[in-house]
Parts: sequence; structure tokens; C-alpha cells
Amino acid sequence: MTCRELTSFIGDYLARELDADARAAFERHLALCPNCRQYMADYERAIALGQQAYDDPAAQATDVPEELVAAILAARRKG
Amino acid sequence: MDETSLVAALKRGEEWAFESVVRAYGGRLLAVARRYVGSDDDAHDVVQSSYLSAFKSIDQFEGTAQLGTWLHRIVVNTALMKLRSRRRRPEESIEPLLPSFLEDGHHVEQFAAWTTPVDVLLERGETRQIVRRCIEQLPDTHRTVLMLRDIEERSTQEVAALLSLTATAVKVRLHRARQALSTLLRRELGSGAPDATLRRALASKGER
Repeated sequence: MTCRELTSFIGDYLARELDADARAAFERHLALCPNCRQYMADYERAIALGQQAYDDPAAQATDVPEELVAAILAARRKG
Repeated sequence: MDETSLVAALKRGEEWAFESVVRAYGGRLLAVARRYVGSDDDAHDVVQSSYLSAFKSIDQFEGTAQLGTWLHRIVVNTALMKLRSRRRRPEESIEPLLPSFLEDGHHVEQFAAWTTPVDVLLERGETRQIVRRCIEQLPDTHRTVLMLRDIEERSTQEVAALLSLTATAVKVRLHRARQALSTLLRRELGSGAPDATLRRALASKGER
């Protein structure tokens, strides 16, 4: 397995969707290749940071602009 | 005011209840809409039509779900429809953010360990904002899949149905989106970040 192949399998590997042979080949390559280990660490970190980027809803929420409140209520009355 | 009485008032068509539900959830829903459609104007449109369709179908709302969760799902669906209908310039390619390989299959780039651990980064207030900004830079087609799969934690099948894609296409897009995000984060926060490069330069100077 080359670095290119390993890279294309990372998503399936993490989702545990590789068959036993592919999984073994993946892990053999990873054990011998520090660059792929780092690449995969970056990939997993991207997932984790992405997930945590939205865990502070209070900080992201903006006030509802008054004109939006008015527009929604007016549109509802109109039906 | 508890949710059950609010929902009951909505079902009775009481004006104050509509206003109260717009004020209570509007801010959060705007933030959600903006993640998908990008601009404030489009987010306002999405939130407005989501509320209108929620009010129309309030009779179908059952007490088993929470009102906020129910509205959230309506906003996501409406935002996806908006994205689909939006006439846009051909979107930027994600290719430049994907890794490149030598002919023998090795990575071109050497990846370095990050100087700051993730938990330390997350203690900094601006980290989440930086990550959100990086996600916003992804092309719509890829950002949408990343949001639905990794952030909303919907299944591959569900996302495939929502976006009229095959399961394989969802997996490919998710993989590419994560790779692109990883590249952007490496530049902003990791080994490629300006302060990390500077620190390495200073450290190697010191060694001489």
C-alpha cells in the first residue's frame, strides 16, 4: 500500500468499513510511515475540531433582528 | 412558560405565541442557516420561510420531539433547498486543498507535529471561530456534507437522501472535505501556522 492509497482509505478505516486484509495492510503501512501517521493525526484532529467548533451555540447565536421578527409575523398573518 | 403550553398556544393560533417562538429560537436558527448558506441575507430568507412552514405544519408537531430540534431540522432542510436553487458561479475547486503525491505514491509534503495540543487550542476563545471560518471556506457541495455528517451526525444514508446523492458520493465528498479542512487548519493552527513557522526559524537560528 502506498501513501496515496492509504490516504484514500482513511475515511473507510475510521468508519471501520475496510475488510480485514485492507485493514491489516493499512495498519502495516501506518506502523512504518511517520508521515502518514502525522497526516492521519491531522485528519482526525480536523474532525474533532470541526465538531467542537459548534459546541458553543450561545457564542454563535446572534440577536434576531427586529425587522426579521416583524417580517415573519407579517408574512404569517398574510398567510 | 413551558414548551407544552407554548406549543398548545401555537396550535390555537395565538399571536403572542408566534412572536415568542421567533424570539426564543430565531438567533440560534440564524446561526444554523448561515452555516449552510453563507450570507446573512440568505440566512434571513431561510429562517423566515422555515418559521412560516413550521407555523403551517404545527399541527403535525408531536410532543415527542423538542420544539428547538424540530425547528432546527426544518431550517437545515430549507437551507439545503436554498443552496440547490441558488444560481451560482461554478464553485471553486477543492483540489488545491487536497494532498499531492509523487509518482511513486509518496506524499509530496512532509507533515510536522502541531506545536500546540488541541486541548490547549480549545481553551483559547478564538480557536472555534478560526475553525468555523476554515469550514466556511470549503466549497458548498463539500461543506454541506461535512456539516451534515460530522457536525449534525446524520448517517451516510440520510445525507445521501437529503442531497440526492449516492452513498459513495457522500463518502467521497466527506473524505475530501475533511482533507481540505485539515489542510486549512494546518495552515491556521498547526505546523503551517505563521507563528509556528516563525518559532521553528528562531529555534534553528539558535542552534547555529
